[in-house]
Amino acid sequence: MLATSRTFEANARAGLANPTLQRALGMMRSGFPERRRVAVERLPEFEALRDIGKSIKDHTLEHLDFYLELFEENVLSSGGQVHWARTPEEARAAVLQICRSVDAKIVTKGKSMIAEEVGLNEYLEQNGIAPVETDLGEYIIQLRHEPPSHLIAPAIHLMKEQVADTFRAEHRSLDPGRSLVEARQLCDEARAVLRPRFLTADVGITGANFLVAETGSSIIVTNEGNGDLTQTLPRVHIVMTSLEKLVPTLEDATTLLRLLARSATGQEFSSYTTVSTGPRRPGDLDGPEQYHVVLLDNGRSALLGGEFQDMLRCIRCAACMNHCPVYAAVGGHAYGWVYSGPMGAVLTPSLLGLAEAGHLPNASTFCGQCESVCPVKIPLPKMMRHWRERQFAEKLNPPVYRSGLSLWAWAARRPALYHALVELASRVLGWLGSGRGRFRTLPLANGWTAVRDLPAPEGRSFQSLWAERQKSGVKH
Amino acid sequence: MRVALFVTCLVALFRPTIGFAAVKLLENEGCTVEVPRAQTCCGQPAYNSGDRATAKAIALQVLEAFEDYDYVVAPSGSCAGMIRVHYPELFADDPGVSTRVQQLAKRSWELVSFLVDICGMQAVSARWERHATYHDACSGLRELGIKDQPRRLLASVDGLRLKELPGAETCCGFGGTFCVKYPDISDKMVSDKAADIVATGYQSVLAGDLGCLLNIAGKLQRLGGRVQVRHVAEVLAGMTDEAPPIGAPR
Amino acid sequence: MSEAREQILAGIRRSLNRGRLDAAHETALRERVAAHRRNLVPARAAALDDPGRIDLFIAMAEEVQATVTRVGSSAAVPEEIARYLAAENLPAEVVLAPDSTLADLPWDERPLLRTRRGRAQAGDAVSLTPCVAAIAKAGTLMLISGAETPTTLNFLPDTHIVVLRADQVVAAYEDGWDRLRTHGETPRTINFITGPSRTGDIEQRIELGAHGPRRLHIILIDDRRNVGDGESRCRSGVICCCGAKPCGA
Repeated sequence: MLATSRTFEANARAGLANPTLQRALGMMRSGFPERRRVAVERLPEFEALRDIGKSIKDHTLEHLDFYLELFEENVLSSGGQVHWARTPEEARAAVLQICRSVDAKIVTKGKSMIAEEVGLNEYLEQNGIAPVETDLGEYIIQLRHEPPSHLIAPAIHLMKEQVADTFRAEHRSLDPGRSLVEARQLCDEARAVLRPRFLTADVGITGANFLVAETGSSIIVTNEGNGDLTQTLPRVHIVMTSLEKLVPTLEDATTLLRLLARSATGQEFSSYTTVSTGPRRPGDLDGPEQYHVVLLDNGRSALLGGEFQDMLRCIRCAACMNHCPVYAAVGGHAYGWVYSGPMGAVLTPSLLGLAEAGHLPNASTFCGQCESVCPVKIPLPKMMRHWRERQFAEKLNPPVYRSGLSLWAWAARRPALYHALVELASRVLGWLGSGRGRFRTLPLANGWTAVRDLPAPEGRSFQSLWAERQKSGVKH
Repeated sequence: MRVALFVTCLVALFRPTIGFAAVKLLENEGCTVEVPRAQTCCGQPAYNSGDRATAKAIALQVLEAFEDYDYVVAPSGSCAGMIRVHYPELFADDPGVSTRVQQLAKRSWELVSFLVDICGMQAVSARWERHATYHDACSGLRELGIKDQPRRLLASVDGLRLKELPGAETCCGFGGTFCVKYPDISDKMVSDKAADIVATGYQSVLAGDLGCLLNIAGKLQRLGGRVQVRHVAEVLAGMTDEAPPIGAPR
Repeated sequence: MSEAREQILAGIRRSLNRGRLDAAHETALRERVAAHRRNLVPARAAALDDPGRIDLFIAMAEEVQATVTRVGSSAAVPEEIARYLAAENLPAEVVLAPDSTLADLPWDERPLLRTRRGRAQAGDAVSLTPCVAAIAKAGTLMLISGAETPTTLNFLPDTHIVVLRADQVVAAYEDGWDRLRTHGETPRTINFITGPSRTGDIEQRIELGAHGPRRLHIILIDDRRNVGDGESRCRSGVICCCGAKPCGA
């Protein structure tokens, strides 16, 4: 997927100025966090489970090579195949080769962020294969030629009128006079339109929320059942996934699944959690004849052992973006790529580089809300700070900013001088502002005063007043 | 108890009243309060900008100035959090200094949590006839666990009616340099915060961090609102007559 | 592709600053996997006795918009299906999983109920399947694929009816894994189904019946009451009347 993270500032401004998006974000803000809160309250063990989930992931990452080999062993022994892909190119090529081997024309897709990451849909279309998104949100944005704006609710930026407009424009064989006012009608239409695609697909591609080394299984978590129809009906099932999705055992997966749905949508469990192992067995009446796992690295192995390793614990629940005030202000498209919100701010620079994605870890107040809701306790602000450290070391910040900071830093290390300057500033600004008590404009402070007043200082610095108090011996 | 006051750079420049309120509250609890001269800033602006070298240099300055006291108290969750939570991380790989820094961190406190959790303060003898709401500054809340303490003490202020602010825990959009690096986004966040405050219908809003308060006051006043903004220490110390609300004329 | 494999594994080891794990270490990890120890299991259902567990399952299932009917014996299942379809105004036609427990039910008592056995096809409106277990604490059903239990029955039809025996209701998912492992090899598909299909993708309003079934109906065969009084309530360590393992597990 083509990235526009470089133009984050302009993207953000566009998001802020978009009234439909702002309405949709308002609904998100009042929806997901409250549901998560209720679900967490109902499970007294939630905090303990967060620690266990973190340690399961940490253990797996520390021994990732072993668990990958064990996973592959078990995929093979249950009749499946594993394709190792270092890069997006290798991942796409593997999928194309599998599709060609069965002369596939139609490919149905459950939601897969890895497929987005490698730009699979465009690639298949260029090669004469039609991929059909089946997750309702993904289907809607596919029709609109838009990227996803949220990790689990890709069309969260849309109001239902926009969906209705899109359906009218794209489902041209249906009666133009039909009513498409209610969400119910939109869902029914999507169901009816997509059902024939499910039934005629040659290949079904899903992602994987987890991979289980013990059994060589992939796990998908959906509410719609589209992932299940995608992976059961066609002759071939391809799982597009990445290295860090691995967990050791079914019990470990269960612990993380307990955290996932609650953190994501506030459900105890999603409607469908499906564990897939290999192709159909001899005697089975349905199921795919082939099962392929495409394992993508794309920079993840390089994050191990470094200051960003914790990011590999992510289970893609989206709790961080659901609770992020910056995401809630600008929406997911502002981040310019597949991954948005706090997890996107950390992951995107590691996959695309700081030149492309440098704004993302900077557009944060470090309020810490993300870290406090992360089910596997990823220290997101800390890792955003690490990116800022890299930018500083590589001198990637704007020069004005750097020189302002070094000037301030120089003074801050010289207390006597600093105090004299503070006293001077407080007297001058205090005097200038004493009438109204605040400034509507102030030279050099335009970033602030463009949108808010600046309260005036009281007129003397604390240090100078304290020194006077000490001298005169007056106490309150 | 010998307490060193960490004034904070914003209080020093913009609102010394908060520093004096802190001193009064601490002295009322029997503390001897000193203000080490060699303090300027906690180093957070450099730290959050990725300049670890400067952050460490400033932190060492703080260490030298403050390490001989029983406690270090700051009327700010973000500065106290910087010392308590982040200084140890800054020096984790510096064995020579690490122990001293960890000691300093353990003795560093935000003002209201120090009064309640260390001094055992349960009530203040102040009077302020107001309806007020309270904004939870992010660092204080999430790094230092400050939530109940200010509410408990404010409940004891004679004449004060405190009402919970919807979205009290949502960031106000200050974030240090964030508010000038991404002013559009910051404006949206502080506008939402201002709207929530005005919607309570209450006369005043309080918080424990001057950065948030300057941001919120500035926005409320730009919008023509009349909600008054004060630091919680001013109210608890009974010093509301000594200075006008933040951003109001003298 | 195997070059990619070697490079990826080498990259992982390089990042972790070590070579391949030695044999002793690998053996220890394999043993850890083979032991598949349970992590913390939430207490909600663990301490319940049998009737409590079943009541919890029903409450949780209904909370996610499944419907549940209790019957006293498996013989009552065809009658309950006929009743349910009439009440829902659905045609009296069901495709059954070719499972022996379903085949043995008294279908000839309901001659107007048309049945077919096999996998689901497009256009099938109602399916009937057994299940492996039901998880009380979540209201979840556990189903597996097999020669007698095709997966399409769980997803293609608009209405999915599941036959559940009281002795299949377990407290937690981990109990489900224990049961599954007694079956032998891992099946192609294990489905955990919690209520009917739904989506919140349009303005986060929950709508049922996105792509999977719109209705999930559970027929719970609860024949514990047929046993003598003293044995109908299970306590820890006492073999349950219905022949299941000692409960309180």
